Amino acid sequence: MPAPTGITRATLFKDLRLEWRSKDAINSMLFFSLLVVVIFSFSFDPNAEESRQIAGGLIWVAFLFAAVVALNQTWARELRNQVLDAYRVSPAPANALFTAKVLGNFFLVSLLEALMAPLFMIFYNLRALGPAWQLIPVALLGTWALVVNGTFFAAMSLRTRSREIMLPLLLFPISIPAVQSMVEATRIILSGDGAARFWIVLLLTYDVVFTTACLALFETVLQAE
Amino acid sequence: MNSIKFLYAAYIATWLIHALYLGTMVRRYSRLRKLRKNLDIDRK
Amino acid sequence: MKRVFPILAVLTGLLLAYAFYEAIWVAPMERTMGDVQRIFYYHVPSAWTAFLLFFVNLVASVIYLIRKNAKADAVAVVSAEVGVVFCTVVLVTGPIWARPVWGIWWTWDLRLTTTLVLWLIYVSYLMLRRFSDSSQTPKLAAVLAIFGALDVPLVYFSIWFFRTQHPQPVIGGGGSIDPRMLHVLLINWLAFSCFAFLLSWARYRLEWLQREVEEAQALESLLGDGLAAPTRAPLDKTSSRTGPQ
Repeated sequence: MPAPTGITRATLFKDLRLEWRSKDAINSMLFFSLLVVVIFSFSFDPNAEESRQIAGGLIWVAFLFAAVVALNQTWARELRNQVLDAYRVSPAPANALFTAKVLGNFFLVSLLEALMAPLFMIFYNLRALGPAWQLIPVALLGTWALVVNGTFFAAMSLRTRSREIMLPLLLFPISIPAVQSMVEATRIILSGDGAARFWIVLLLTYDVVFTTACLALFETVLQAE
Repeated sequence: MNSIKFLYAAYIATWLIHALYLGTMVRRYSRLRKLRKNLDIDRK
Repeated sequence: MKRVFPILAVLTGLLLAYAFYEAIWVAPMERTMGDVQRIFYYHVPSAWTAFLLFFVNLVASVIYLIRKNAKADAVAVVSAEVGVVFCTVVLVTGPIWARPVWGIWWTWDLRLTTTLVLWLIYVSYLMLRRFSDSSQTPKLAAVLAIFGALDVPLVYFSIWFFRTQHPQPVIGGGGSIDPRMLHVLLINWLAFSCFAFLLSWARYRLEWLQREVEEAQALESLLGDGLAAPTRAPLDKTSSRTGPQ
């Protein structure tokens, strides 16, 4: 039986390679984020101070929706090729597959954020008044929070009618503390108004709790399909 | 004493919600009982 | 057992009527808010009942995951549904109370927001149950319930901290309560708990009836019409009279 890390690495590299060749997901996500940014621009016309207050919310909502686009196609390939059935009967740990999928999505969404962030800064004339470097742990922890639960709920939604809408219906309520943390932390860092440390620690806690829960229960969900 | 209307509204809303739920349950009950009767008839 | 239900129903009805009487006529008038404050006697017991039901759902879900017991799953469905009903009452009476007293319909205060998030989580639970076609839906729903339970402390904590940074009026107020009001509150809580129990029991029986009917329908479609004409193949189409609704 191949080692779990071997499976994880193999699946992850395969997914990344396939994505690199087609660039389907990244293109649609990029364009979707751009559209969201532009539409928000028409809805809000903030001055500099207001921008710093609301940008956190706008950015993370845009990334949340874009992440859902990516998450929805997480398992599509596996479903088409009966890979999940193979995992169900093989002794290989299902967690290896899950970890690969989460890492793949994490990479994809982080790439999106890296590409979109400059655009946001331009459109809203953003300049961080607080410690800008703190935005990096916020982004990393926040993205992980969305992606780990999102990948898990995507697996849970596989055998539901209206699969694509089921994922956000399940993901959004559970993600509320994480989204609140991301948005507040971003607001605090941009406006230099206080310390974002509490929110970063809360995000870390959220990540630890739910990564553990996902790893513990993924086998159950896989068997349940 | 306009605020007393809110008191009425809250109590009425509460019982309205419960009544709606009870209503859906009653409807499902009668539909299922009818179905079960039909199924029993088929089998006999 | 079947005779107990109507008796309990009548008793609960009487208890609810008595609790209502206590809330409207016996409970002392609140100094600052006036009579509108009496919404409190419906708002708070509904909240406690809803939280209790959600807790029952969590326990039933865990039991189901461990034991695969169908009764545990039925209890889970029932408690989630009735819990959502009571939670809806909380979310509707809250703003109705807030508006005349504090001038605002809604505030993202700790209790209301946590209740709203709980409501959202359990509505998503019910949607999963409704939209999932897998025979393993109970297992998936149980997993979701566990995720919800893990989430709630985080929600509470994050909103609590947010509120210390951005204070706003607290709906429902805090502080000590007049013992006469506490008495009325507890009577209403008892009445609504009995009512919730009755609703759950009825819903539980409904759930079993539904499962019974679905099993019979499945059996019917497998075996075909017992009185089928000889020319018809035995495992043919389902009987048109009992087709799925």
